[in-house]
Amino acid sequence: MTTRLSPKLLGTLLVALALLVAPLTLGGEEYVLRVLTVGATYAIAVYGMNLILGLTGQLSLAHGGFFGIGVYVVGLLTTDYGWTFWPSLLVAVAATAVGGYVAGIVALRTREEYFAIFTMAMGFIIFLVISRWESVTHAHSGVSGVKFPEGFGVLDFSEPVVMYYLVLLFLLGAGYVTYAVRRSGIGRTLVAIRTSEDLARSIGVNVGLNKQLAFAASTTLAGLGGGLFAAVQGFVGPSAASIDLTFEMLMFILVGGLGTVMGPVVGTFVVLFLFEYFQDFEAYRFIVLGPIIVALVIFAPRGIVGYLNAFADARRSRSPGGRADATGPPTGELDPPPTTTPAGSTTETREAL
Amino acid sequence: MTLFIQQLFEGLALGGVYCLAAIGLTLVFGVLRIPNLAHGALYMLGAYVTYFFLVSVGVPYVAAIGMAAVVLAVIGIALERLVFHPLRNAPHTHHMIAAVGAMFFFQSVAQAIWGADFRRMDSPITGSVTILGTQVSWQRIVIVVTAVLVLGLLTWFIKRSVHGRTIEAIEQDRTGSSLVGISPSKVSMLTFGLAAALVTIAAGLVAPINLLSPTMGDALSLKVFAIIILGGLGSLPGAIVGGFALAITEVMTSTYVSAVAGEVVAFVVIVLVLAIRPTGLFARAVQR
Amino acid sequence: MTLLEARGLGKHFGGLHAVQDVDLDVHPGHVTAIIGPNGAGKSTLFNLLAGFYRPTSGTVRMDGRDITGMSPHRIVAHGIARTFQTTSLFGDATVLDNVLSGRIVRSRSTVVDAVLHTPRHRREERTNLDKAMEVLEFTGLTEYRNDLAARVPQEAQKRVSIALALATEPQLLLLDEPAAGLTEEETEGFARLIRRIVDRGVTVCLVEHRMSMVMSLADHILVLDHGREIASGTPDAVRTDPQVIEAYLGTHHDDGPDHNADSNSADHNSADHNSADKNTTGRDVAGRGAEKGGNTC
Repeated sequence: MTTRLSPKLLGTLLVALALLVAPLTLGGEEYVLRVLTVGATYAIAVYGMNLILGLTGQLSLAHGGFFGIGVYVVGLLTTDYGWTFWPSLLVAVAATAVGGYVAGIVALRTREEYFAIFTMAMGFIIFLVISRWESVTHAHSGVSGVKFPEGFGVLDFSEPVVMYYLVLLFLLGAGYVTYAVRRSGIGRTLVAIRTSEDLARSIGVNVGLNKQLAFAASTTLAGLGGGLFAAVQGFVGPSAASIDLTFEMLMFILVGGLGTVMGPVVGTFVVLFLFEYFQDFEAYRFIVLGPIIVALVIFAPRGIVGYLNAFADARRSRSPGGRADATGPPTGELDPPPTTTPAGSTTETREAL
Repeated sequence: MTLFIQQLFEGLALGGVYCLAAIGLTLVFGVLRIPNLAHGALYMLGAYVTYFFLVSVGVPYVAAIGMAAVVLAVIGIALERLVFHPLRNAPHTHHMIAAVGAMFFFQSVAQAIWGADFRRMDSPITGSVTILGTQVSWQRIVIVVTAVLVLGLLTWFIKRSVHGRTIEAIEQDRTGSSLVGISPSKVSMLTFGLAAALVTIAAGLVAPINLLSPTMGDALSLKVFAIIILGGLGSLPGAIVGGFALAITEVMTSTYVSAVAGEVVAFVVIVLVLAIRPTGLFARAVQR
Repeated sequence: MTLLEARGLGKHFGGLHAVQDVDLDVHPGHVTAIIGPNGAGKSTLFNLLAGFYRPTSGTVRMDGRDITGMSPHRIVAHGIARTFQTTSLFGDATVLDNVLSGRIVRSRSTVVDAVLHTPRHRREERTNLDKAMEVLEFTGLTEYRNDLAARVPQEAQKRVSIALALATEPQLLLLDEPAAGLTEEETEGFARLIRRIVDRGVTVCLVEHRMSMVMSLADHILVLDHGREIASGTPDAVRTDPQVIEAYLGTHHDDGPDHNADSNSADHNSADHNSADKNTTGRDVAGRGAEKGGNTC
């Protein structure tokens, strides 16, 4: 019965600390702070992708599109229509929630492959609407003058630092919700669906409804991130709804770790950092992105956090009293499968291990 | 009336292109059980490589398409070996993610080599002929004839030749086929190569009509998926019927309703089919 | 009173009638077995009962309620759980997590409860854990609880599948060839487990090819051939039914119900022994040797 801090908790605290302290160590470098804040808005959206892809195992290629909806709802309402920020954000979140729920009706009826195709089509249409509908969305001219959130008392969100902490607060919320979902029956439901839909049905899981709800939750987070992004950037264009953004987020979550709690944060910031560091190679960025995604999926599908978790679990089970005795509560850790073992739940041959 | 007939030929030509593009995709799905999201990118590369042979190297039009088809067949096989084969035991989402990565890669490479701007590719086939009182360009006629020819050859190949029949065998029963000595690996490679070649022919035929751009594959991807969902994943006749059906619907919609509506047709088809009859028109027995 | 009642149940695919006009009565506390040569439609029948196929004709009633055509997850909620022919469990989760998954259908707390960590949520998690541990102990899997399900020995994996189904608190458990691929000893162990499941209050219905297991366990047997019901009754009645013998002999199986009686005179004793002694399972001593031959499905 040691009071040793578990490595996972320690890791989480370190990351949280780093994020909290970051602005103070920058010495007023506004550009870097802006990148961090934008990164945090992306990370919120990536938590959404983590939910639908990492936990539920459904690939949504419309994610960038829903981020874009969030961006444009806030962007347009606060400029063309003169709304203030908070109500606009509320509408953005509501719109993406409802949109995801309605689109999810198709998700109810489709198998994995169809779902990816359907969301690809959806993402394409969203981008088409945003980039072509001049009268409403200003098409390629974009929208500028997006308002900052109104402050309360001492808090003035036009101050970059304050804005950063606001986004961080939402990020923390997204992370916590993921954590709560993962270790609960909901998490088990989603992972069951990811592993085998038929098996999930056979234990009483309403697969269709859960997929629909998970999708709606993912689009809501994307919309939330998008709305905050609009306020941070002040200016938005159709690229915020493009499929390029979906790919980038895919990369963030793959690097970070599908299905993990810290994956979205770690992945997003690591990759953005690398992008910034290799900025000179901006032109080649997209050429390299593709093969990296492929390589990650083939060789390292569990991502940084996924492998760290596995390492920590392996060490724990090797230590004395770590296995058969019930010294602690059950783990409830539900990590995604590595590529080399069959993904399904049927095991027909005797395992040699 | 003349407009209608003209648009009908337009639709037929487009249908020919769509069929060629869709067949490869539906075959790959039948054999590998995964939607190759990089298919549109192969189409785009096919167009650019044809452009390269025709314009930069100066090879005659038909030869340029043929050579490009060979090059793309090789790229298709490489894609299968390097990306899909290593993932054969992974969850389907991993395949799709990897395909997306490959797509991104192809697009970036095309952009790096040829730039992001539109390019024209001029076909040597010019002029038009009068059919039923309307002007129909020779290019379009060539497209329809070529499409029918290729489809005929392909059907013969798949139904009659030994190699072609292995594709059908694997589609129906992967395990059983391997037990009688058919190598799923070889069939996968063959199918991918074939799909890439077919889609290149489609691209080469239609490129002179539309402009080339690195993102030209995206719109097509959507349409081709709509076609194979409509026709039924894995079904060859489905791809053909679906291809022509979608093309004619699209052309008529954009003529008589609006251009934007024409682009949205494919999306509407996807939604309708998934909502009403998810297995498509020619549902294969392979569906559970 | 019947627990599960199927009347005129049928399923056809295109022109093929996989199951046709089948009547089935499952009584609480009994073990009902469904047997028949390969292709007889046993799995199809199971899929129909569990909701994985929608019947093209007939009705199914559970505890008096009409459940015909209900989707699988609702059927589980109504108290019917099933296992699959190939061992199915969540391979990349621990054994405990697997069984906890079985508790999903009986859990009431929502996402909101989970996020807010409400007392209801905490209470339910604790209850689920207790029940999961109890099922693990019942199926003898406690030592494996923190192991990855895919890494556990195959026989234990089959027990995990059963534990998973039991965790859903079913009234009726449908076991699809539970003894497939097991050794004699393991099969006996399973037969004992099934007896204990019934003693626990869960009615069992199984599809099985291992005749020794079927004959010693079953209170009632339904025989299918080519999708139709050809016999239904006690093991003794079925064993001597000429139509049943014909069905098996015709398809050249040596795992027919009468195989034991045919090849070994000592079996007559064991047959009596078994019919008199329903509570001891799998002790088909003479028959075991005789049927060691070809018993894989």
